[in-house]
Amino acid sequence: MPDLTQARQSVLEGIEASGRAGTFSLLPPLSRLNYRGRISTVGRVAAAFGVEPAMEPCRAAIFGDRAALWLGPDEWLLLAKEGEARSIIDRLAIALAPLSYSLVDVSHRQVALKIAGPQAELLLNAGCPLDLDRQAFPVGMCTRTLLQKTEIVLWRVAETEFHIEVARSFAPYAWRFLEQAERDL
Amino acid sequence: MLLIDCPFCGKRPELEFRYGGEAHLARPADPADLGDKAWGQFLYGRSNPRGVHAERWRHVHGCGRFFNALRDTTNDRFAATYKIGEERPAIPEAEGAASA
Repeated sequence: MPDLTQARQSVLEGIEASGRAGTFSLLPPLSRLNYRGRISTVGRVAAAFGVEPAMEPCRAAIFGDRAALWLGPDEWLLLAKEGEARSIIDRLAIALAPLSYSLVDVSHRQVALKIAGPQAELLLNAGCPLDLDRQAFPVGMCTRTLLQKTEIVLWRVAETEFHIEVARSFAPYAWRFLEQAERDL
Repeated sequence: MLLIDCPFCGKRPELEFRYGGEAHLARPADPADLGDKAWGQFLYGRSNPRGVHAERWRHVHGCGRFFNALRDTTNDRFAATYKIGEERPAIPEAEGAASA
């Protein structure tokens, strides 16, 4: 089995350094797991993972440094500290033992960016057609959507702060796009 | 931008969706029993109406789920969206007339 535990090198290394500290920044690596299973299995996930995944569409549940983001009616993105993926998979495997489910470690598939500040919504709306008004997209709402040409997971963690997950291979594109959008603000 | 009402996520921009062809086409239980004509009809025969059309859509850049929609092919208005497995809803006459 390949060793996936070695220290990660960011795909944005170099690109990130050249940018100025503005509305958006790169977040440190995370453990990410994509969970798919019947709604009846979610209780066991909650017990093993420590966060009760939201049943309400497009909502994120957080507890401590862990989060469960609703992506679809039977799909959640589980976020935890870097390096915890293995132990979470083992715990969930025990908790869910006889049931069928899908749990995929996607830690390295995505990178996370933080978009914060009073102009965060404007910046995102340069490439994302969703209504990001605080009524329409309140704190705690999360969804898969589009940022210009790339698919992202968008999550409002605070009134003026968004967490976005973008595919590793599209991260330089998203970064450059945000840079350009920021100049146009 | 055209907003499509995903039965799971609510109103979302058209860009997040993909069209999935005509809805309510049931695959014959035993294709081997079918004649060429009937099988050809299942594969290629489509109603292609001018007006309200029941079709499948997928919220591909969202919840990822397929659902059904009633859309008027003459003006691109969505009369209703509903989950897979649900009955095709009746459209009120007034609405159909207004969108004609």
